[in-house]
Amino acid sequence: MADLRSNFVGIKSPNPFWLASAPPTDKEYNVVRAFKAGWGGVVWKTLGDGDPVVNVNGPRYGAIHGKDRQLIGLNNIELITDRPLEVNLREIKQVKRDWKDRALVVSLMVPCEEQNWINILKQVEDTEADGVELNFGCPHGMSERGMGSAVGQVPEYIEMVTRWCKTHTRMPVIVKLTPNITDIRKPAQAAHAGGADAVSLINTINSIVGVDLDAMAPTPTIDGKGAHGGYCGPAVKPIALNMVAEIARDPITRGLPISGIGGVTTWRDAAEFMALGAGTVQVCTAAMTYGFKIVEEMIEGLSDWMDSAGYSSLDQFVGRAVPNCSDWQHLNLNYITKAKIDQDLCIKCGRCHIACEDTSHQAITSLVDGARHFEVIDEECVGCNLCVNVCPVENCITMESMPAGEIDPRTKKVVDPNYANWTTHPNNPMAVREAAE
Amino acid sequence: MTELNATPDVASGRLRAEEYAENFSDLHPRLEPHEAYVEADRCYFCYDAPCMQACPTSIDIPLFIRQISTGNEIGAAKTIFEQNILGGMCARVCPTETLCEQVCVREVAEGKPVKIGELQRYATDHFMNAREKTPFERAAPTGKTVAVVGAGPAGLSCAHRLAVHGHDVTLFDARAKLGGLNEYGIASYKSVDDFAAREVDFILSIGGITVETGKRLGEGLDLADLRGRFDAVFLGIGLAGVNALGLEGEDKDNVIDAVDYIADLRQSDDLSSLPVGRRVVVIGGGMTAVDIAVQTRLLGAEEVTIAYRRGQDRMNASEYEQHLAQTNGVKILTWAQPHAIKGENGHVSAIELERTVESDGKLSGTGEIISLPADMVFKAVGQTLVASDLNGSAQAIHIERGRIVVDDERKTSLADVWAGGDCVLGGEDLTVAAVEDGKVAAESIHRALMA
Repeated sequence: MADLRSNFVGIKSPNPFWLASAPPTDKEYNVVRAFKAGWGGVVWKTLGDGDPVVNVNGPRYGAIHGKDRQLIGLNNIELITDRPLEVNLREIKQVKRDWKDRALVVSLMVPCEEQNWINILKQVEDTEADGVELNFGCPHGMSERGMGSAVGQVPEYIEMVTRWCKTHTRMPVIVKLTPNITDIRKPAQAAHAGGADAVSLINTINSIVGVDLDAMAPTPTIDGKGAHGGYCGPAVKPIALNMVAEIARDPITRGLPISGIGGVTTWRDAAEFMALGAGTVQVCTAAMTYGFKIVEEMIEGLSDWMDSAGYSSLDQFVGRAVPNCSDWQHLNLNYITKAKIDQDLCIKCGRCHIACEDTSHQAITSLVDGARHFEVIDEECVGCNLCVNVCPVENCITMESMPAGEIDPRTKKVVDPNYANWTTHPNNPMAVREAAE
Repeated sequence: MTELNATPDVASGRLRAEEYAENFSDLHPRLEPHEAYVEADRCYFCYDAPCMQACPTSIDIPLFIRQISTGNEIGAAKTIFEQNILGGMCARVCPTETLCEQVCVREVAEGKPVKIGELQRYATDHFMNAREKTPFERAAPTGKTVAVVGAGPAGLSCAHRLAVHGHDVTLFDARAKLGGLNEYGIASYKSVDDFAAREVDFILSIGGITVETGKRLGEGLDLADLRGRFDAVFLGIGLAGVNALGLEGEDKDNVIDAVDYIADLRQSDDLSSLPVGRRVVVIGGGMTAVDIAVQTRLLGAEEVTIAYRRGQDRMNASEYEQHLAQTNGVKILTWAQPHAIKGENGHVSAIELERTVESDGKLSGTGEIISLPADMVFKAVGQTLVASDLNGSAQAIHIERGRIVVDDERKTSLADVWAGGDCVLGGEDLTVAAVEDGKVAAESIHRALMA
């Protein structure tokens, strides 16, 4: 039985599944329910200082649904906790006392003044929480007041505040990054430079989730108006995975612990984030969609998969996929694949044909000898994989790599067994040539 | 207890009012919007979709389903009506399991086709509830006149398409109400809430169609006269005659033509007033046999038996219909042909059937006779064209095997006469095929008149 215990920058939890700082972690009642359900840790919903913020009293969430109302993406305009600071601190202290084996990290967002951070860190330390997470990510509301993503979009601010925090607390400091930037490596490098123990990402993505065509206003609509909010849920996972990988393989931030966030819904999502270097994952939308019980599936699923894959502890696979994250220019141009359609599985919907015919390489038949028949024309197939992606039958179309030595019917060239990439390709004007002179 | 009942056990009001309502309610209630969106999402939007090829009226099924899935029910219905103005009725009565849904790739793949018929019903109902009129606009008047004889599916389809093209149509029908078998023949539970009549109103809303009811060809309506008065004639006269069993005792009381009883049932305002036998035997193997069998069961008949002279796989009723009969408690007795009708005091009391065998494709009786007690016997052994209605005067129209011969454009042997629906040779006896006939004929007439 695999050991799911996690030790993330010194913060121990019985499993790597944490609830992200968000509505599910706003108060003791919810957090205790989460711990009872089996969650390994929580990041308490962001605390601020001064008078509590107020939230809108109209709708705070909007969603993208599949046809069967499957929630694919969620958008929110809720702010940080709107409960008094002392109430939150009292509850945090109580929960940590009652649940010593669980991770309890406190998310923070106060104005960019050193004294504000000193004050709040002191108060959090008194709760004996395990660590703090600096919320430099929220893209709505707080950013208009110079906090949240307004900090996260300026690497210098990130570094400055991180350094203050590291200076003024013994607690581990996790910096939560906003994806609303052009290059995620820059804020991560800044956090690293400021002494951050870890980064967590991604926070929500700036979004308008939809437009009400009757009201002619964005949704959710509050008295006729809408504001951009933060997008999360399964739809954002690919963006989050890439950003995690970028940090994991960047020479400056390589090895910096990462808590992966963004659309984690199942054990498999979690395992993918971890394979790209995340030590823990944080979950919000899935819990908000289905309730806390989903962690049971995550724990069992991860454990079963680790057993079947031969991993006995998390560190054995965390980051294992990072070395295989490459850049386009380093991909092997001599690796040649052709699509192959399994005629026994083919249901003859013709989607592969029309996708290829209309939008790609005219490499799939629709009629053979007058009969409806879909077959790859190897002379035209560039191996793009579009047919695989649009085929409704799993494994009906597969990409088969051509053995070295055979002749590619498209190019009429022999498949070269050697690795060769763009950096040395003759068509590349910037190609690195063998030293000839 | 007497061996054969001296008085027939035929009675009305066998059920409680709520049982009638329940039994004759909608066979497939309309999908709710969410159900429709989920079902529509199952459609793969196939390339050169097999369902569309299988549809006799070539409805662009993937397109209308995609329109449903995007919440554009009105657009979906327009896509359907474009090819089939009776898309609402066809959604209810088409044997989709042998047409579009049979070839749906999801049927092939997993035995669960996209519910094309129910989605079509969803879209067309939505349109007809939301809009008063057909989505089409009439073209400028052409000044040409066309007589359409018979206001069943073929005639309605033809009349509508001709009206769209700007021709002036006079639509004749023998009955008091338009709709043909849609109004008088289709099983009740397939067309509830007076749908057939509502669909007729919807079709006539195009304008340019003058209706004359109570006009039967051969009775005050003469083909030669019509040819003289109109620029073209379309015959969608169906099959007005019924086949007889040719048995002794066939004239006894309670030996009834199924189509007549079904027509009475369809026109009845109070189903509890319809007399039905306790024990019912239906002779035949087609859709009409199933319709009468199921509906007499639903009216409270205790024992209903369909007797068919060949095996079940040879029945003209689709597998789905056979299944419907059986789940409604109808017994299907195969390899049995009618031998004699027995009676007491002028009414039927039993039917004798002879066992049959088939050898070398030839059916013959074995001589073994079985007797089924029966309070009612229904004849559902096919309908016939009454040719005398057509050829009462002047030039005769070409008829073969009891049906009017037409070409691909639904032209008859008479230059200015077209025909379609059940009355033509080579048809499939399907509503949807009749609709296609009417549409094809209308286009052909239009070309001929505008040439």
